[in-house]
Amino acid sequence: MSRKPYERAITSEWIFRHPRYVRYMVREFSCLFIGGWTLLMVWGLKQLSEGPAAWAAFLELLKSPASIAFHLLTLAFAAYHSVTWFNLTPKALPLQVGEEFVPDWVIAGAHYAGWAVLSSIILALAI
Amino acid sequence: MRQVELEVLRYNPETDREPHFQRYSVDCQEEWVVLDALNHVKETLDPTLSYRWSCHMAVCGSCGMMVNGEPKLACKAFLRDYQGVIRVEPLRHFPVERDLVTVIDDFIAKLASVKPYLIPRDKAPQASEYRQTPAQLKRYKQFTLCINCMLCYAACPEYGLIPKYLGPAAIALAHRWNRDSRDGGRDARQEEIAATEGAWECSFVGACSEVCPEHVDPAGAIQQVKIESTVDWYQEHLMPWLKK
Repeated sequence: MSRKPYERAITSEWIFRHPRYVRYMVREFSCLFIGGWTLLMVWGLKQLSEGPAAWAAFLELLKSPASIAFHLLTLAFAAYHSVTWFNLTPKALPLQVGEEFVPDWVIAGAHYAGWAVLSSIILALAI
Repeated sequence: MRQVELEVLRYNPETDREPHFQRYSVDCQEEWVVLDALNHVKETLDPTLSYRWSCHMAVCGSCGMMVNGEPKLACKAFLRDYQGVIRVEPLRHFPVERDLVTVIDDFIAKLASVKPYLIPRDKAPQASEYRQTPAQLKRYKQFTLCINCMLCYAACPEYGLIPKYLGPAAIALAHRWNRDSRDGGRDARQEEIAATEGAWECSFVGACSEVCPEHVDPAGAIQQVKIESTVDWYQEHLMPWLKK
């Protein structure tokens, strides 16, 4: 008896096979917006170094409807990325104290608390 | 008793150029699982149907297959949880040997490559027993529950797209031994699991842990391997004096 294993090709339809894959791709996709926002900030620094006129033009650009829409989208994607990531932290950072492992919610909660504290500090400095 | 429509992927390497679906109407008991239905087909309707199974109690890990597109143990997939036609296919990402039987050589080779067994710290075995505290046992116990059913490989898009990837179960089992206080084989295993095609191929889809019938959480193991490998790298490059 001869063997003739059949290889089934994988196509991009795997993304839509289950909601978990869509959620994953959205998380991965969020990096495009976060990366774009980071480049915008670098460009802003360059404008700042070129004097008050360039900086004022940059600030004016940030007020445009397209910029506001981009910032709202980036904020949504960044929040989604952060939340999904923090929820996964108990898997990556299990902490054993004595015999028992620290509950997942404590580890994820510590990350959320750190996020809140850092965001508050940045917000306080900005206002 | 209810009638269940099963749509099973068939492939006969001697006569078929490619697989095709075949439908069976099966009179099933309410408490049956997919494996019971397949056994009923084989015993009463079509003895040519091929599939793997052994224990019928989610211990042996033989009957992994795709049930309505999800990797499942056929012995743990209750018919009452499905509506309409139930589509049964061989585990995804593995070549099909015949019908629902897959070629698992790749997984077996990868599993062997991570040395999933105790490598004692000392060459000569200890004269007395190797003692372990409950805390030391708990450190790795979850990862001992793997039954090598390969559902995690069928769920993992990384493995489907990059077949060289070592994959969830092999890394989780390597991690199980690395966390064992009696073991001294971590350096030997790192060659495989800390490589690009080891843990670093994983982009944390997390599907492996979602489909794992034994709640091993291979995705967690892989992230822990990444963190430990990163610590290794920093120790080696920034604090070489710490390296023995």
